[in-house]
Amino acid sequence: MSTRLADQGRLVNKNKAVSFTFNGKHLQGFEGDTLASALLANDQMLVGRSFKYHRPRGVVASWAEEPNGLINMGKGGTFEPNQRITTTELFEGLSATSQNHWPSLEFDVGAINAALSRFLPAGFYYKMFMYPRPFWKHVYEPFIRQSAGLGKAPKDRDADTYEHFNVHVDVLVVGGGIAGLAAAQAAGERGARVLLVEQTAHWGGRAAVDSPEIDGQPAAEWIKSTVQALEKMDNVAIRTRCMGAGVYDHGYALAYERLTDHAPEIDGPRHRLWRIRAKQIVTATGAIERPLSFAGNDIPGVLLASAVRDYVVNYGVSIGDRTVVVTNNDDAYRTAIILKQAGLDVPAIVDARAQAAGPLIDQARELGIRVELGKGIASVKGGKRVTGVGICTQAGEGAVLEEIACDCVAMSGGWSPVVHLWSHCGGKLIWDADQVMFRPDPERAPTGDKGQPFVATAGIANGHLFTAEVVGDGWAAGRAAAKAAGHMKKGGQAPLGHDVEEGPISPVWLMPQGAGQALRAKAWLDFQNDVKVSDVQLAAQEGFESVEHAKRYTTLGMATDQGKLSNINGLAVLSKSLNADIPDVGTTTFRPPYTPISMGAIAGAARGPMFQPVRKTPMSDWHNANGADNEPVGQWRRPYAYVRPGETVHDAVNREVKNTRENLGLLDASTLGKLIVKGPDAGKFLDMMYTNMMSTLPVGKCRYGLMCSENGFLMDDGVVVRMAEDTWLCHTTTGGAERIHAHMEDWLQCEWWDWKVYVANVTEQYAQIAVVGPNARKVLRKLGGMDVSAEALPFMQWAEGKIGDFDARVFRISFSGELSYEIAVPAGQGQAFWDALMAAGEEFGVMPYGTECLHILRAEKGFIMIGDETDGTVIPQDLNLQWALSKKKEDYLGKRAHERSHMADPNRWKLVGLETVDGSVLPDGAYAIADGTNENGQKNTQGRVTSTYYSANLDRGIAMGLVRNGPDRMGEVIEFNKVDGTTIAAKIIDPVFYDKDGEKQNV
Amino acid sequence: MSDAVSALQGKLAPGEVTIREAGLRGMITLRGDLSDRGPRSVCKSLTGVAFPEQGKANVDGEKGLCWMSPDEVLLLMPYGEVGDALAAIEKALKSKHYLAEKVSDARALIHVEGAFAREVMAKLAPVDLHPGTFGPGDFRRTRLGQVAAAFWMRDEDTFAVICFRSVAEYAFDLLAESAKAGAVGHFVEG
Repeated sequence: MSTRLADQGRLVNKNKAVSFTFNGKHLQGFEGDTLASALLANDQMLVGRSFKYHRPRGVVASWAEEPNGLINMGKGGTFEPNQRITTTELFEGLSATSQNHWPSLEFDVGAINAALSRFLPAGFYYKMFMYPRPFWKHVYEPFIRQSAGLGKAPKDRDADTYEHFNVHVDVLVVGGGIAGLAAAQAAGERGARVLLVEQTAHWGGRAAVDSPEIDGQPAAEWIKSTVQALEKMDNVAIRTRCMGAGVYDHGYALAYERLTDHAPEIDGPRHRLWRIRAKQIVTATGAIERPLSFAGNDIPGVLLASAVRDYVVNYGVSIGDRTVVVTNNDDAYRTAIILKQAGLDVPAIVDARAQAAGPLIDQARELGIRVELGKGIASVKGGKRVTGVGICTQAGEGAVLEEIACDCVAMSGGWSPVVHLWSHCGGKLIWDADQVMFRPDPERAPTGDKGQPFVATAGIANGHLFTAEVVGDGWAAGRAAAKAAGHMKKGGQAPLGHDVEEGPISPVWLMPQGAGQALRAKAWLDFQNDVKVSDVQLAAQEGFESVEHAKRYTTLGMATDQGKLSNINGLAVLSKSLNADIPDVGTTTFRPPYTPISMGAIAGAARGPMFQPVRKTPMSDWHNANGADNEPVGQWRRPYAYVRPGETVHDAVNREVKNTRENLGLLDASTLGKLIVKGPDAGKFLDMMYTNMMSTLPVGKCRYGLMCSENGFLMDDGVVVRMAEDTWLCHTTTGGAERIHAHMEDWLQCEWWDWKVYVANVTEQYAQIAVVGPNARKVLRKLGGMDVSAEALPFMQWAEGKIGDFDARVFRISFSGELSYEIAVPAGQGQAFWDALMAAGEEFGVMPYGTECLHILRAEKGFIMIGDETDGTVIPQDLNLQWALSKKKEDYLGKRAHERSHMADPNRWKLVGLETVDGSVLPDGAYAIADGTNENGQKNTQGRVTSTYYSANLDRGIAMGLVRNGPDRMGEVIEFNKVDGTTIAAKIIDPVFYDKDGEKQNV
Repeated sequence: MSDAVSALQGKLAPGEVTIREAGLRGMITLRGDLSDRGPRSVCKSLTGVAFPEQGKANVDGEKGLCWMSPDEVLLLMPYGEVGDALAAIEKALKSKHYLAEKVSDARALIHVEGAFAREVMAKLAPVDLHPGTFGPGDFRRTRLGQVAAAFWMRDEDTFAVICFRSVAEYAFDLLAESAKAGAVGHFVEG
C-alpha cells in the first residue's frame, strides 16, 4: 500500500494537517502536499478510469506530464473538470471527485469495454460506425455518449475573476530549475531586464530532489542562495506558480500564473495571463521521463521511476513497500537507492541493458539490491493494484523466468527534453541517438524579424543530462541572451556542477524486444486515451505512415496531456513498424499551451458587462429610461422602438410610424459616421471615393452619395455636405464610420500619398438628432434662433447657427420622406438639446422613434438600406441607382468593375417593390421561385426579398426585393416560398409606396 | 450656450488606485506638416508648452500637446477656449494645407491615480510600462482592453487616459475593475 513515511518530505509541513474530500470521503494531508501526494498518503492509488476501456488508472507521474490523475474540482461557480491532481496543491476544504466512471470509481460498468477491447482497435471509430447506417443513431452514438468523455462541463457561471498583465522584458527565462536560475542570474548580472517564471511553487526542479553538488555545496543550498541573489536584483523579476505556456512570433510569449488555486481564501484574481514581449527567450524547461512499454504497464502502482523518488523525497510518501525498478539507464538506480535508504524494500532492479557499470550501480549493489541485467518485465500482475511482476529476458519473447511479488513498479525508459516552447514558434529538433532523445537543434532556432534567433534552450531541455553541463549551459544561455538583447555588463563566473558518472542508455521501445501480440496489446503507450503498442502497429500496417496520420488514427497523444509521456514511445514504435529511422518519422507538432490553461485566463477582464464594449450616445441613458427596446448596431445599442406601458414592441413601432408621418418624431442619429475631408485635393479625392460627383457640390449644399469597392460592389452610402471651399463632411452608415475612415486613409496613404487631403473622424463630437414630420419646422421655430424656413434653408441644404441656446449645424436632409432636419450639436449638449426638443415638441405631438420606424419610413419611400438591399454582391445598377453613377467623371472606385460582363449582364436581379396579393407581410429573405429545378433538385429561383415590413400608414405589408428583369415586369404576380413549403403571391410594383412625388419632404 | 456635460460627469471609483473621470477638457486634432514652423509655433502659442517629440506629451495644467502621429498633434486646453483657438489656428495657417477639428466632446478623460496605477494600466494596455521605459512626459496611442485609447503620465503615480466618449463607461469600468483586483507587484520601483 502507499503510505506516509516518518522521516522524508522536504516540501510538506507535518505539523499542519489539511482536510479534504475525495469522492465524498474525508481525508487528511499536510500543508505542502499536492492532491496526488495526499491521496497516495491515504492509500488512494486508484484515481480514475481511462477514456476508452475504463481501465483502472493510478498516478504515474509527479507533475504536469501526469496522464491519469484528472478530477473534477469544486462545486457550482467554482466547478472545474480535468484538473490534474499532481499539479493541484492541497488546501483546506478541497473537494474533488474522480471522472469517467459509472456508477463508482471502484466498480465501473464501462470497464466491460476492456473485455471487448479486441473489438475496439485503432481506427475503430472510423471503421465501425459506417455501416449499418441506422446503428449509428440507435446503438453506437448512445454507447459512445455514455462511455466517452472525461470531465463534465461546468453548468454555472465561473465565480472567479481573471486578469491579463502586459510586460516587456529583455530576457524571459522559462523554468526555475538550476539551468533557469543560472540563466536568470547570468542575464541579470549583464544588466538585462529579466523575468524568470517557474510553473511549480518551488525553485530548483529535479536538482532539488536528486541533489548533486554545485559550486561545492549541495544543490539545495546553491538554489537557495541563487534565489536570494535574484530577489535582490532590481532588474530581475521572479515568479513561481507561473507556467510559460506558449511562444509566438516576434518574441511574444504567454505565461499562466495561478494566484489562488492553492489558497482559494485569498482575494483577487484566480489566474493572471502574462502577455510578454521578450527580446530573447531562454527555455530551461527540463525533461520528462519516458515510460517503458511492457504488458500491464498501466496497472495502478506502475509509476515513473523519478516520480517514485519525488514522492519519497518531496512529500514523504511511499508508493509501496516493495518496489521493482525497471530501467534502461543508470538514473533509475537513484530511485532504488533512495527507497532502500528510506527503509523500503527493493526486491530487484530489472535492467534491460546486457551490460551496465558505474558508481550508481555499484552503490545499489552495495546496498544489497539485486540487479538483473539483460532482463525485462514480461507482464505485470494485478488488477486495480500491482501485485507482482514476471521477469523475462529482454532479448526474448516474454517467457517468464521468475515472478517477483511487489506493490510498486518504478520504470524509466530515459528522458525526453521538454522541447515544446522551443518548437511552438518553429524551432527544429535533432535526434540524438547516443542519448536516445530529440533535442533542440541550435542551428535552427525560431527567428525574429531580422532572421535572428530569439529562443535558446538551456540545461536538460537542451539535451544536457548532467548537472555540470546543465548549470554551465544555463549560465551561457543567459549571458548570450542578455548580449543579444544589447546588455554587455561584466558578470561573475559560471557555477560549477558535479555529479556521479553514468553509463550509456540503451534504447528500449518494447519490453521484451520480441513480445508477441498478446503482450503488445497490453503494453500501453497513451494511458489516458488507451492507445497501445498494438494500435500503433496496426495503424502503420493499414497505411497511416505519417506520424500525424497515425496520431489521429489512433488518438495517440490527443488527450488532455497532449502525449507528454506517449509521443516519443509511440513514434519509436511507428518507426520500427515502418522500418524507418526515428528522425525520418519525426514528431507531431508541438502547439501551445504547454498544459491546458483556463478559459477565464484567456478572457481576462472581458466577461459579464465588459465582455464587449457597448458604445453609448449622449442620449442612450435617456432612451433606456424611456422604454427603449434596444438592438445592436455594431457595438452601439440603438433603440428599436420606445415601448410604452401596455404596448407590445410591434404596437410601439406602429405608433411611432404613424406619429412621425402625422405629427413629429425625434430620432437619435448620433451613431451615423461623420468624416471631415479637407484639403486642396479633397474634391478630387471624393470624386474617386463616391460614384457621383462631389467636387462640384456648392458650399452650403448636401448630396446623397454612393461608395463602391474596387470590385464595383456597393459598400456604403450617405449624405455628403460641402462645408467650405476645401472642406466636405461625409456622413456614413452607423457601421461604416470606422470602416470608411480606414478605407479613405488606406487610399490616401497607400495609393494617392501625394494628394493633399486630411481626413478626421468626428462622429462622436456631435449628437445628431433627426427632427422629422409635418411639425418639424414648428418646433424649431418655437425654440427660436436661426431661420429654418423653406426659403432660407431649402431641401438638401445646410446652415450653421443657433437653435434656441444651442450651437447647431442644421442639415435639411430626409430619410423618411417627411419634412426633416438633422441637427448636430456638441455631444456634451446632446441630452440638453434632446430635452429641449421634447419639451418644445409636446404641443406638436412629439415622440421619439426607433430604428424599426426609421426602416419602415424609408421602405415606404423606396430608399435603400446598406446591409438590407446590399450584401456585398449588389451593385448600384441592381438598385436602379444609375443616376448616381457619374458619366462625366473619368474614373471612380468601381467604375471599371461595372464594365465587366457579369456586372453589365441585363439579367441581373434588380430592385422592385413587392405587394402581396392578400396584403400580408412577406417573410424576410424569401426567394421568388421559378419554373423547373436545378441540378440538386431544388426549385429554381428568380429573385429574393431584401426588406419587408408591415406599414401602419398603408395598413398592409410592403417589401422590396431583387427580381430578374424586375423593372420590366411591373404588375406581374410571382410566388415567394415560405418555410412551411407553401408559397405567397406578390405583385411586382414600383418601390416607392408612399408620396411618390416627394411633396411632403419638400415643403 | 447650454451647459455641456462630460461623458461620465465626474464618476469616481475610490480605492488604493482611484479612477476618476476628469470632466470636460478642450481638445483639438491638428493635422498638417508638423516639421513646418507654422503649426509648431501656433501650437506652442496656444498651449504654452514645447512641441512634443515622437511618443511624448508636454502637458502643463489643463494645457498641453500630445504627439499622435507624424502628421497629427492633439492640443489640450480648457473646454471653453477651443473656439478661439480654432480661430487662431485658422488665422495662422491660412495659406497652408492642414485640418483642425474640435474633438473635446468626442472624448472622455479619465485619471488613474495611486500607488500601483502603473500596473493597472499594464493589465489593459500592451505597452512597455516599466519605470525605466515609461515615465512622466511619455505618451502612447494604444488600446485599453478592446477599445482605442491614449495616455500619458501626469506624475509618478497618475495616468491621464483619453478614450472615445461612447466607450467612456466601458473604459472606466475596466480601469476600476483592474484597480480593485489589486497590485501585481511587478513594477516594484514604479
